[in-house]
Amino acid sequence: MTAPTNLVYERPEAFTDTPTHYCPGCTHGVAHRLIAEVLEEMNVIDRTIGVAPVGCSVFAYNYFDTDFVEAPHGRAPAMATGIKRVLPDRIVFTYQGDGDLASIGMGEIVHAAARGENITVIFINNANYGMTGGQMAPTTLPGMKTTSSPNGRDVETQGYPIRMAEMLATLEGTGYIVRRSLHDPKNIRLAKKAIRMAFETQARGLGFSLVELLSTCPTNWGMTPVQSLKFVEEHMVPAFPLGDYKVSEALKQVKV
Amino acid sequence: MPKELWKGNEAIAEAAVRAGLQAYFGYPITPQTEILEYLSRRMPELGRVFVQAESELAAINMVYGAACTGARVMSTSSSPGVSLMMEGLSYIAGTEVPAVLVNVMRGGPGLGNIAPAQSDYNQAVHGGGHGDYPRIVLAPSSVQEAIDLMGLSFDLAEKYRMICMLILDGSIGQMMEPAEMPEMKPITERNFDWATNGAINRERRILSSIYIDPPAEEIANLRLGKRWQEVQANEVRYKEYYLDDAEFVVVGFGTAGRVALSAVRAARAEGIKAGLLRPITVSPYPYQVIDQLAGRVSGFLVTEMNMGQMYDDVRLAVRGRVPVEFYGRTGGMVPFPDEILSEIHRIAAGQWTTGLDPRDAWQARMASLLMR
Repeated sequence: MTAPTNLVYERPEAFTDTPTHYCPGCTHGVAHRLIAEVLEEMNVIDRTIGVAPVGCSVFAYNYFDTDFVEAPHGRAPAMATGIKRVLPDRIVFTYQGDGDLASIGMGEIVHAAARGENITVIFINNANYGMTGGQMAPTTLPGMKTTSSPNGRDVETQGYPIRMAEMLATLEGTGYIVRRSLHDPKNIRLAKKAIRMAFETQARGLGFSLVELLSTCPTNWGMTPVQSLKFVEEHMVPAFPLGDYKVSEALKQVKV
Repeated sequence: MPKELWKGNEAIAEAAVRAGLQAYFGYPITPQTEILEYLSRRMPELGRVFVQAESELAAINMVYGAACTGARVMSTSSSPGVSLMMEGLSYIAGTEVPAVLVNVMRGGPGLGNIAPAQSDYNQAVHGGGHGDYPRIVLAPSSVQEAIDLMGLSFDLAEKYRMICMLILDGSIGQMMEPAEMPEMKPITERNFDWATNGAINRERRILSSIYIDPPAEEIANLRLGKRWQEVQANEVRYKEYYLDDAEFVVVGFGTAGRVALSAVRAARAEGIKAGLLRPITVSPYPYQVIDQLAGRVSGFLVTEMNMGQMYDDVRLAVRGRVPVEFYGRTGGMVPFPDEILSEIHRIAAGQWTTGLDPRDAWQARMASLLMR
């Protein structure tokens, strides 16, 4: 077998060889890959420590070729705080879903951001609890059917979705807070750039950084992968507008 | 080092610093807040980590994260705050990383009060977080002993990759006593072969409490159990007073043990042959020494600042061979030596409880308090 002469796509160095357990069509794989590419490009794989959450990405530590710890549900920002404070020259990131970050871990994420912890958070918003089988999350859209809102989320009794990026951007400790989407190649490229900026924020000591990624959950949404991407574009993007909610002055000068 | 007058909570804080504490995470709660306050000044001046967390939940998970890097790390709290930390403790135990937690116990249940109590004994020794997990629990009875055990708790936690808790009641945290501090230990690079501190020139590491395959979780539990057997074989600590010729033995830990010592000394002055056993490790518990004593004394009197929690452990070791009496104060009340002395008089007069759980008999004697 001859070596390919024009290799355009391969597994990033920051990945292990372990195949992921994610459902077909789920965008976790895309988000993982973008992080892996950024860690490789920044040449920080060997000094990165990841913090996995509880949720679908509970096994994220199996896929990244970096040191990893696994947090209790919602507590990843607290664990990351402990690690980063002791080892300030390491790159520390958490990877959290909406149930983990915006529900049970609301206290930890808000205070990590308020303290300006120099950590990076990748926040996967797919509007439901994936691992437990598709229950209503704090980010579930009004009217959206889940296994615990079978008639659709009724805002009168079940409240309204929480817009995390907007909320966290009000805190002065934050350096970089943006929302991106993974529903098409253009947005995926923008998401990667944002993830790079988030890690650059940390590498430069510019405070707390978070990238919220609108993501799909074909299995629990009961849709095909393509329908799911469409759903993100048509329903989630209007409810969770994409954009830069906080970019610190120092960061605006950074070109990557 | 000369003896100085130290407040218990501040002494614990300084002793931890001198034992090489690298990171502290805590939350204010009476009666332990002076530890947090002291370290908020002391840690930064030494270039070490201090974070006041937003809750005890966050504090214990910061401890968890820092512990995963192999740093010497601790948190401190008081009863309701320690309840909040139980989730984190279970994860720390399941991940097999070393961490130190101090509980300056107060009256409960619920919000209770801020007076000294020992009613978290079962939580610390037998219960707490979910899952099968062992933990070392030390119970000092003076400021000096708290200082000495503080250094030991880091060594034990690291040696066995286990939680080491220091439980003391609020009075030890709050009172001032002359005590001697150890020398300042330098912070050493310990380079544990399990720590997740960045995979520089080595294979990457994962620290987790997940064993998704039940057979693997069973093996993990058996591994923890085996390590616990080592702890039981090597780390039991207790103090004996007047046991050589004792006809019966008072058992008490922490402040209750200390108050009992005054009572036992007074009894001895009257010619009553009472002795005292004061467990220092309440986990692992000194079952063996009680087992041996049960073979030669006429009975025991357990005294605690709770409703009779350690009592069960004494009874377990005695195995019904001789009577085990109980005298407790609870809800933040501290017994006077005279109260224990009058129990000693009752026993010396041969008035052992019969036909009734001695804790029920004690409750009957306490019933007048309910009438007030």
